[in-house]
Amino acid sequence: MLTVAEVERIAWLARLALSESEKARYASQLSAILDYAAQLAELDVEDIPPTASVLAVHSVMREGDEIVAGLPRADALRNAPDTDGVSFVVQATFDDE
Amino acid sequence: MLTVHAARERLRRREVSAVELTRAFLERIHALNPCLNAYLTVADEAALAMARDADARMARGEDTPLLGVPIAIKDVLSTRDMRTTAGSKILADYTPSWDATAVARLRALGAVFLGKLNCDEFAMGSSTENSAFGPTRNPWDETRVPGGSSGGSAAAVAADLCCAALGTDTGGSIRQPASLCGVTGLKNSYGRVSRYGLIAFASSLDTVGALTKDARDAAIMLRAMEGRDPLDSTSVEVVPIDVAALDESRDSLRGLRVGVPVEYFGSGMQPDVAQRVREAIDHLQSLGAAVREVSLPRTHLGLPVYYIIAPAEASANLARFDGVKYGLRVQGRDLIATYMETRGAGFGAEVKRRIMLGTYALSAGYYDAYYIRAQKVRTLIKRDFEQAFNQVDIIAAPVSPTTAFPLGSKTEDPIQMYLADVFTLPVSLAGICGISIPCGFDRDGLPVGLQLIGPAFGEQRVLEVAHIFQQTTDFHLQKPRLKGEP
Repeated sequence: MLTVAEVERIAWLARLALSESEKARYASQLSAILDYAAQLAELDVEDIPPTASVLAVHSVMREGDEIVAGLPRADALRNAPDTDGVSFVVQATFDDE
Repeated sequence: MLTVHAARERLRRREVSAVELTRAFLERIHALNPCLNAYLTVADEAALAMARDADARMARGEDTPLLGVPIAIKDVLSTRDMRTTAGSKILADYTPSWDATAVARLRALGAVFLGKLNCDEFAMGSSTENSAFGPTRNPWDETRVPGGSSGGSAAAVAADLCCAALGTDTGGSIRQPASLCGVTGLKNSYGRVSRYGLIAFASSLDTVGALTKDARDAAIMLRAMEGRDPLDSTSVEVVPIDVAALDESRDSLRGLRVGVPVEYFGSGMQPDVAQRVREAIDHLQSLGAAVREVSLPRTHLGLPVYYIIAPAEASANLARFDGVKYGLRVQGRDLIATYMETRGAGFGAEVKRRIMLGTYALSAGYYDAYYIRAQKVRTLIKRDFEQAFNQVDIIAAPVSPTTAFPLGSKTEDPIQMYLADVFTLPVSLAGICGISIPCGFDRDGLPVGLQLIGPAFGEQRVLEVAHIFQQTTDFHLQKPRLKGEP
């Protein structure tokens, strides 16, 4: 069973503000889902390779790098919550100290 | 009930113009959508402009399989200058500046976009109840869910609010709602259709496809969207679908080997569903197919594997929603607090649950035990199908254990909701293809779906078998009776 403290830790990593009632609900619901997933632990998968993609993907060189128009600035900014017309406006990342 | 191919035929014969057809659909949408809530955005003006353009192209002698045909698009696919919400409050006012590649290809062929269709938030769910804009109702019984996550797409096709609809399928999100609404839904092999412009949920599983009124339309839609796209490095060049070939093998399945997986008929199945699917398999046999049992022994592991891998990928993909460049912003006391408040307020309960689950599975100390282990079991599930397809050409199975369930009946218990996808998740994990086609009704008159599963890039054969099934049955022609039908 996940504790509320563990839920708070995960929520911090995920950058999610949760209410007290959400924390309690997720503690029990996430525990139930993880218990369900525990059946995976019973399998012997020692020699089985993991599948990250079903395609046989491999790195390839891009053919010819054609110059095409990028996204116009006005389009890039059209959905922004706050802009000065040139850039996205956000709070300072670092304080002055 | 107007299919894509029938609409195209009427347009070609000048029996109707694209503008007239579009107006008729818009009128029907405005009459029926207040109850069904299938559309989140009805794009009256844009649709009529596209229809006028299609009529002009036809007047110039142009002809394409979709020219002037009114369709609609699940709201997780980007549409240029048309609001795209992903069913989320965090994107309630978001308008893309570009089309998803699948959308762009349909636009180039002259399809008319009627609007955007409701879905579970970020395509996470099996009932469309996770939409921030209210659930879609099932046209066969408006007290029941349409399935999900492409529930708006399935309901719109079933209620004849478009000729065909785009959907997406990550773990069953095209096939399960198609089954619950009695329409045809093809989940393509991973890589067959570009994911560019699809708002990403789980990138190793996400696929784009169509929900249609029959298998022929499914073939037409896939032919229009498929193939390599330089903007999606996982998209694949394929032998194109041959739509005309569907008609050449009209009435016989002689020589076809059909496998029936024993694991797909276990406990928890609604008896009517098992019965209708068995009857459908008998029908395939009566058409000349050789039916035999096959085993997919890791079927029961699909659900735990999926609910580690998909949330893990989602937790990374949804990190982009931080209130900076687009979407909702809830200002906090500093930047980190702004991220947290924005995401806490903008995401719904199921999306937060999956982000939390994925973050946990990827966190230090749990990565090997959950994420890597799930990826290893994914390999075993993929091998199950590879072994089965050494013995048979196609696998026939149920789509979902039950027919459409009542609204609100599973919202409090995530695992019960997840079990609605127990027969569709393994196909997604293996990256192969599967179609849901109507195969009858339960005792309450609710549709039952048959799932026909093919190997990777085996869509041509899957579509041919589905087409022959539909040429010899009429389940796909049944329509719901709708309150307030004009």
